[in-house]
Amino acid sequence: MIVLVPIKKFQFPVHAECINPDVFQGKSVKEIASLPVWEGNKQKKLGDLFKIKEKSAETSNITINGDVSEVRRVGQGMKTGEIFINGNAGMHLGEKMLGGRITVNGNASGWTGSSMKKGLIEIHGDASDYLASPYRGSSEGMRGGKIVVDGNVGSDSACYLRGGVIIVKGNSGPFLGFHMSKGTIYVERDAGPRLGANMTGGKIIISGSVEELMPTFTVNNVKKKAKVDDTMKVDGPFYVFLGDLAEHGNGKLFISKNSNPQLNQYERFL
Amino acid sequence: MTEMLIRNGFVFDPLNGINGERMDIAIKDGKIVESVNEQNAKNIDATGLTVMPGAVDIHTHIAGGEVNTGRMIRPEDHIKDVVRKTALTRSGTGYSIPSTFVTGYRYSKMGYTTVMNPSMVPLGAKHTHEELNDIPLLDKASYPLLGDWWFVLEYLQKGDLDGCARHVAWMLGTTKGYAIKIVNPGGLESWGFGRNVHTIDDPVPNFGITPREIMCGLAKVNKMLNLPHSIHLHTNNLGIPGNYVTTLETMKAMETVATDGKPICHITHLQFSSFAGDNWGNMKSAAEEISKYINNHSHMTFDMGQIIFTDTTTMTADGPFEFTLYQLSGHKWVNSDVETETSGGIIPMRYKRTSAVNATQWSIGLELALLVKDPWKMFMTTDHPNAGPFFKYPKIIAWLTSRKARMATLKKCHKKARKKSLLPSIDRELSLYELAIVTRAGQAKALGLKEKGHLGVGADADVAIYNINPEKLDIAKKYKTARKAFNSAAYTIKDGKVVVKDGEVVQHVDGKTMWLDVETSEEMKVDAEMKSKFKQYWTVEYENYPVFDHYVKVSDAITVKASV
Repeated sequence: MIVLVPIKKFQFPVHAECINPDVFQGKSVKEIASLPVWEGNKQKKLGDLFKIKEKSAETSNITINGDVSEVRRVGQGMKTGEIFINGNAGMHLGEKMLGGRITVNGNASGWTGSSMKKGLIEIHGDASDYLASPYRGSSEGMRGGKIVVDGNVGSDSACYLRGGVIIVKGNSGPFLGFHMSKGTIYVERDAGPRLGANMTGGKIIISGSVEELMPTFTVNNVKKKAKVDDTMKVDGPFYVFLGDLAEHGNGKLFISKNSNPQLNQYERFL
Repeated sequence: MTEMLIRNGFVFDPLNGINGERMDIAIKDGKIVESVNEQNAKNIDATGLTVMPGAVDIHTHIAGGEVNTGRMIRPEDHIKDVVRKTALTRSGTGYSIPSTFVTGYRYSKMGYTTVMNPSMVPLGAKHTHEELNDIPLLDKASYPLLGDWWFVLEYLQKGDLDGCARHVAWMLGTTKGYAIKIVNPGGLESWGFGRNVHTIDDPVPNFGITPREIMCGLAKVNKMLNLPHSIHLHTNNLGIPGNYVTTLETMKAMETVATDGKPICHITHLQFSSFAGDNWGNMKSAAEEISKYINNHSHMTFDMGQIIFTDTTTMTADGPFEFTLYQLSGHKWVNSDVETETSGGIIPMRYKRTSAVNATQWSIGLELALLVKDPWKMFMTTDHPNAGPFFKYPKIIAWLTSRKARMATLKKCHKKARKKSLLPSIDRELSLYELAIVTRAGQAKALGLKEKGHLGVGADADVAIYNINPEKLDIAKKYKTARKAFNSAAYTIKDGKVVVKDGEVVQHVDGKTMWLDVETSEEMKVDAEMKSKFKQYWTVEYENYPVFDHYVKVSDAITVKASV
């Protein structure tokens, strides 16, 4: 177990894709301290920015104690191992992750789990915008794995989702699941506008209220329960909407009947 | 006074019939000369290296509105290919649509010295020239889109070819263009009304003339004006299964205009126009039918439009075709109707080996290039970036020169495409001599560039030297070594200056922008009616429309005497 503690408050954004258990594997503390990072426009060594300690040599798991909200790309492309962040995490946490586990005891910033393929990310605070969404312009969304957020998520989360499960225990911002084609999103509380815009497949479950429903979704039936994954089912009842019809989509929106009395008008179409 | 002597290289100069002879090339003041003073000249030892004229690309979208819009909609394309600045070169990004400077550097690294930007929207001509100015190390030219230009359609409707010729001559000067580009004739005008033309005899809405009349009319105009290049044609029904019938009809229609055996039309990215079958499910290659026709006729030239399996961006003035592509892919789509001039569309595209259609397309391009016996008719392009980015050319070189290379790729292709491909039955492997034709000599000849594409006395001193010893290296067997050599030239010499050494840019040189100054016996009168049309239909006033001289940084006007 390697423990990293920021030496001082970061003044500039830091790009530290080297903070990754696969990279640390088999390296001594000295070697780890000399890994290159960028702070602003200056190349530095990891040891310049963090105090690095080795707790036990058995695993290359990483613990970061302190606020690293300016440190980007932590755990990028990681395959195995675990990262614990006791503090707020920076942008692109676990981007293109292929396995392993990341836990944040704090808030995460934008693009957390962007384009990830496998693994687990747990955020015990809020996640910012673009959770699990790909880089701007790209349609290579998250393909697999699981993200659990205890707090709220921001705007444009789970865009171009192509697989995997996202569980949000708080509220979600606008454009949740934009252009998604597969996978499941579960929001325990309320969802923002433009929910599931352009979706062509997959499933979004909202237990709270929805601010608006796009006119390109059509009501299909009412279901008592919704399945998130093999281990989790949510009690309803839910209205099931199909769409986005503007994209000839076949995605499913499960929206809680009890929390959304304004959607009663759809019942005449059932 | 700069003198240079390239010593003892294996020279491949097809326009002068030199096939791998060991000889010296002398350069003085940016031109090839008979001899130089050996004492004063800078010596380049090319012993054991291949020396060719600087390569020429007849069709590559490197500047203009569509290219720039393509850049804007694809941030994800740039992030995977970031180019840092060096002491000499500027920073930029790739991948499928590199920024202007990176375009220049990457072309030059492969030994290219002249590139042609097709499809310049006349309204965007100023923008195109501004971008061309920023592409270093290369000589450039642009072809204005005139196939659906209202005035041309009106002249052809009236049957006034002389008037049309004078108008085209004026347009070439106004836009600082080099050749007449025709894209899906009639189709682009129809696209303004949400329609398309489906055969070469479908009438164009509001004008009543047909694509056949547009193509033949402009080919005749091209002849009357004595333009160096023929008309540059993107066929109707491009990219649609079964379109090879249209292509054959187009080629036959052109026979009526050809008289003296000289090429009168260049069909570009022929691969996209050679699909058989009637839907995407049974789409197959029509390379056999097309190449049979080409082998028996000599009134046309072609380029491949070879598919590269990668993530790229398609961009063409053929708006209706891009709409078809959008319906197929569902990817982000840009559509435009450029006022009265043309249309346009852009869609990102990933060509996959595992897709039967893409793999068949890949096979068609190579089949065409290998089945057409005369290399002077069929040139190497990818229609950058439509079928793949230009810096993947060495891959195509490997496929053309090595059966082993193409079989290795074919092996990884979709089963359905593999089964239908003609490639296993083709043993032809291009020699270095033939390769020099399809990558430089043939293209320069088709473009009518007298000082490019060869190393004879008086030619521009544009030379590419590759790390290939034809006596020791069998490029058909060691295709990977050859690919590497073509990827980074040992030397690229532009106007007598070494600009690239060992695949690294070592000097910055601004290339020229070539354009045609066509002298007609009687100049076109810009009358009140024409000006009123500009007022009525264009967003730009007539007075602001032309590309003024100061828009072109290094101007190279080529004067042409027209016979009208």
